[in-house]
Amino acid sequence: MNKNDKSKKSILRNDGFQTIIASLLCIAIGLLIGYVVLLFINPHGAGEAIVAILKNYFYYPNAAVTAKYLGSTLVKASTLLMCSLSVLFAYKVGLFNIGVAGQYVVGAGISLYCAVALKLPWYICFVAAVLMAALVGGLSGVLKAYFNVNEVISSIMLNWIGLYSVNVLLSSVKQPTAPYTIPIENVNKGGLLPHAGLHKFFSNNQFVTIGLILAVIMAVVVWILLEKTKFGYELKATGMNKHAAKYCGMKEKRNIIVTMLISGGLAGFGSAIFYLTGIEQWMVQLTTIPTMGFNGIAAAFLGGVNPIGAIFSSYFIQHITSGGTYVDKTMYCAQTSDLITAFIIYLCGFVLFFKIWFVKYLDKKEEQKLQKEQKGGEA
Amino acid sequence: MENYAVEMLNITKRFPGIIANDNITLQLKKGEIHALLGENGAGKSTLMSVLFGLYQAEEGEIRKDGKKVSINNPNDANELGIGMVHQHFKLVECFSVLDNIILGVETTKHGFLKKAEARKKVLELSEKYGLAVDPDALIEDITVGMQQRTEILKMLYRDNEILIFDEPTAVLTPQEIQELMQIMKNLAAEGKSILFITHKLAEIMQVADRCSVLRKGKYIGTVDVKDTTPEKLSAMMVGRDVNFVVEKKPVELGEVVLDVQNMTVASKHHKNNAVNNVSLQVRRGEIVCIAGIDGNGQTEFVHGLTGLEPLKNGTITMNGKNITHESIRKRIVDGMSHIPEDRHKHGLVLDYSLEDNLILQRYFEPEFTNKAGFLKRGAIRAYANRLIEQYDVRSGQGAITKARSMSGGNQQKAIIAREIDKNPELLIAVQPTRGLDVGAIEYIHKQIVAQRDAGKGVLLVSLELDEVMNVSDRILVMYEGEIVGEFDPKKVTVEELGLYMAGSKRKEVSTGE
Amino acid sequence: MLLLLQYTLIFTSVLVLVALGGCFSEHSGVINIGLEGIMVTGALGGALAMKYLSGDLAAPLVILLVILASVLAGMLCSLLLAVAAIKFNADQTLVGTAINLLSAAAAVVIVRAINTAENVDNVSSTVEYRNARKAFLANIGGFEFNWFMLIAFLILVAAYVVLYKTKFGLRLCACGEHPQAADSVGINVYKMRYAGVIISGALGGLGGLVYITAGVSEWKFENGVSGFGFLALAVMIFGQWKPVNIGLAALMFGMFRALSNVYTGFDALAALNIPSTVYNMLPYIISLLVLVFVSKKSRAPKAEGIPYDKGQR
Repeated sequence: MNKNDKSKKSILRNDGFQTIIASLLCIAIGLLIGYVVLLFINPHGAGEAIVAILKNYFYYPNAAVTAKYLGSTLVKASTLLMCSLSVLFAYKVGLFNIGVAGQYVVGAGISLYCAVALKLPWYICFVAAVLMAALVGGLSGVLKAYFNVNEVISSIMLNWIGLYSVNVLLSSVKQPTAPYTIPIENVNKGGLLPHAGLHKFFSNNQFVTIGLILAVIMAVVVWILLEKTKFGYELKATGMNKHAAKYCGMKEKRNIIVTMLISGGLAGFGSAIFYLTGIEQWMVQLTTIPTMGFNGIAAAFLGGVNPIGAIFSSYFIQHITSGGTYVDKTMYCAQTSDLITAFIIYLCGFVLFFKIWFVKYLDKKEEQKLQKEQKGGEA
Repeated sequence: MENYAVEMLNITKRFPGIIANDNITLQLKKGEIHALLGENGAGKSTLMSVLFGLYQAEEGEIRKDGKKVSINNPNDANELGIGMVHQHFKLVECFSVLDNIILGVETTKHGFLKKAEARKKVLELSEKYGLAVDPDALIEDITVGMQQRTEILKMLYRDNEILIFDEPTAVLTPQEIQELMQIMKNLAAEGKSILFITHKLAEIMQVADRCSVLRKGKYIGTVDVKDTTPEKLSAMMVGRDVNFVVEKKPVELGEVVLDVQNMTVASKHHKNNAVNNVSLQVRRGEIVCIAGIDGNGQTEFVHGLTGLEPLKNGTITMNGKNITHESIRKRIVDGMSHIPEDRHKHGLVLDYSLEDNLILQRYFEPEFTNKAGFLKRGAIRAYANRLIEQYDVRSGQGAITKARSMSGGNQQKAIIAREIDKNPELLIAVQPTRGLDVGAIEYIHKQIVAQRDAGKGVLLVSLELDEVMNVSDRILVMYEGEIVGEFDPKKVTVEELGLYMAGSKRKEVSTGE
Repeated sequence: MLLLLQYTLIFTSVLVLVALGGCFSEHSGVINIGLEGIMVTGALGGALAMKYLSGDLAAPLVILLVILASVLAGMLCSLLLAVAAIKFNADQTLVGTAINLLSAAAAVVIVRAINTAENVDNVSSTVEYRNARKAFLANIGGFEFNWFMLIAFLILVAAYVVLYKTKFGLRLCACGEHPQAADSVGINVYKMRYAGVIISGALGGLGGLVYITAGVSEWKFENGVSGFGFLALAVMIFGQWKPVNIGLAALMFGMFRALSNVYTGFDALAALNIPSTVYNMLPYIISLLVLVFVSKKSRAPKAEGIPYDKGQR
């Protein structure tokens, strides 16, 4: 008993603490590898490039401009946060929602179409995007529950189907001379998310909207849902042991479908709070899936698959992704940030191993200490 | 000087927190059958793992033919001629018998497998030792007994001289056990030395020459079997006298609580039905036991009963209410409790805390969830602490201990606490004592009998004949998905039951209508 | 028609190679979601080799060197998966996904760095290999025969023989079905799994090379390989992890994929006036449907995706 009391007190044994240490390690190693890659490409500017990536909006000496770009980074980070919530919610239930990218794309398509073509008010565009993305996620859930189709494979197929479908859909609201959709601002001001005064804090950055607040609220809601409710208890039980869940009468198939619906909805939420700010237009000839969804996977795991952790990890990943645009273009390219992010996801695979190793290390230390004490006692 | 095939001298093996083997010496003579006796957790498996190279001992040495050897992995063991039939067979199910035998020691010509030659050798060996196995059959299609023979052939094919059998009879019918005993004797007569791990005294008395006993990691002693009795061995194994007989009051039969008519369940593995037209009744105040060899449809029957698998045909009535098409949850609420066969697969969410596992069947009740759907953590903790106290569930950190970190016995106790505390009308207990030590078994049997005495209906599914004979009030034998006999445990012998379990006898069973 | 056949065969070759790669990896017990990324890396290795090989080398030598480059690149890439999944028990889906992203980003960064180094104004991610590509082609009466068609077929036959007729195949499958059993007879499960994953890297890398040389003479690496690695996984599942079935499944998928390249050549199809996007989507829709029908009964290697831990018995 004595030993247990001691280990309970030690912060080193705390799971949350270990997760944070592991995540920080992933970041450090990821950045280091990024630096080495830059060194290989061109040894002269590598240090500056890494600093530029980490500085992001601090690149600008003017405080007002800095605030403005901080706003833009936050808008993207809030979107990324939604994507990572989507991934981690499914992961808690034992599902790997790699389809977050496609659900995000569908949400983008629907919100832009509703806003530009149908000229609907923002809240309807918003709800429509969430619903459609939820349906796409739910489809993967149905295929998994009733046809035993691996959700990873099915949602990858749906990613591509979604991308091409959205391209077709949005071709109807394309600018006449460019492959981009018509900005919402030009045709339907009511389709833009309201600012609620938030933009004033960011040098009137018009893209800062209530989406920022909504995303953080959603993170808390997801946390409460998973940790405090009967619903979360059921979903996590299903994820950890679906046989036991079935045994005690939980509706395993329903839970899988509901989970994927919610997961998809969260991804759609993310694209709605992005595209309905007017910050970007859709490129209708896109042949690669936007990386936002995949970065959501990175953020989810870097945040220790915890909704609150995801707030920080999403911000960090978006920070360095945005920072990538400030590297010296005569030597490097912006994708360097993507490379670092990808390395970080890769390293997240080692977190579990690190934790087990760390606990073993602590055990060993404790045992050595105990032995010493015993020897001391004997003497 | 004695002629030993293998000697393990003063072996000590520690794991963090415990000493699994404490200065143990074991000497195996050439051509003998040497039993290694001990309870679960006595250190038998660890000792054999050391001999087989899966673990390395901290102290002590191993000698083969008098020469010191070091065994660092199963390959080393194999080269020294040591082979092992593991408790859970190490066979690839979608491979043929022949492929499984040659795996790891394949001979090739120009890089291609020389299977014809291997088949010839396998056939010769199986003839020599009386092991009738079809080398081309797939493992997933043959019986457990045949699979065991495949394991034995694996050792013989490798020309192993020292054969370790790890609890080989647990999965066999009484008849198959007899055949295995004969095979072991044949092997010994041919000069093979056999280590036979078991906790079944009768088998030791029948087949072994000598017996070494371990208890709680310590070496107790080695005796010549012909000079000892089961009682003496038992005392050595447990360290105290064990009450093998469960104390029970006479039966007081009440009304019918469970009535199953013509239940048929499809099999997942083959085209025939796993459960075929089974009818039975359970009354309040009795323990009905379904006996049978593993894999004769008991699992599917229970799954059909509890709703885990759909029925092809038949009706289930509980307390006069037809529940054939009810959901699992509805059956639970209506008073069905189920101690599942596989506690890790169905019984527990291993990564949940003990308290979360204790409410697994009741979390949705108003006692634990408020109207808004939030869990009442305070009430859950209080409930868990009460069960932990009442049923003596031991764990490192009480209610918040992860179920995974608990011992098997305490995991099972937690399940039993959960299922019994629900105050069920019908308790279905499937192999409730599997893999537990004598103390835990006694405790669990007492709990089951207490339920019966409280007027509940109990349906027990068991593979252990001791348990079947001691605990039940009525025995039904299941063979190939059908009930082939009904017995009063006081009026039947184990041998008689065995004949029914093996399918060599059957009688029409009245369903008590 | 000849064009359809030509494209069908070349896309089938890609799918056969990559699906067999997946097959080897999964038979050893490791799920390889990272095939998409491995293809990109292999393609990059091959493209760079073609770019830098001088035109005076003999055609067979060019073929050999280019193949070698892409195979090596693919193997290196698969090592990332192998080490994480086998040595460190990482979540195989997570690591596979990471490899996809990593390869895509790395390819763009590397190609851009090379392009920018050559000319500061060139920020494209395109590699051109017009001359070297000719080495792979032989024109037979209007039919553009690609040596890779033959190579893919030979590898298919070899895969069948290796998996079912050799010691290596027997051991590999044992590791994916029941690693504890394999271990107990002295097979080094870790080594076999490394072998399986690295073979999948070699085949995936080669598949990537075939993909980018299928119809064009330059490749823009920002586009990756547009989900072909995942299609190959669908082919593998449809083929039930068996080489011969994989070959047939690949043929079907290859045809649907080829349609999107050549449908304009068919009057009947062109008259339907279906947007080209629909043809682009077709393989993915088909594979989703196929998965719905075959997944219920699919018999994947039993131990796939589960890290092997020697201590656990």
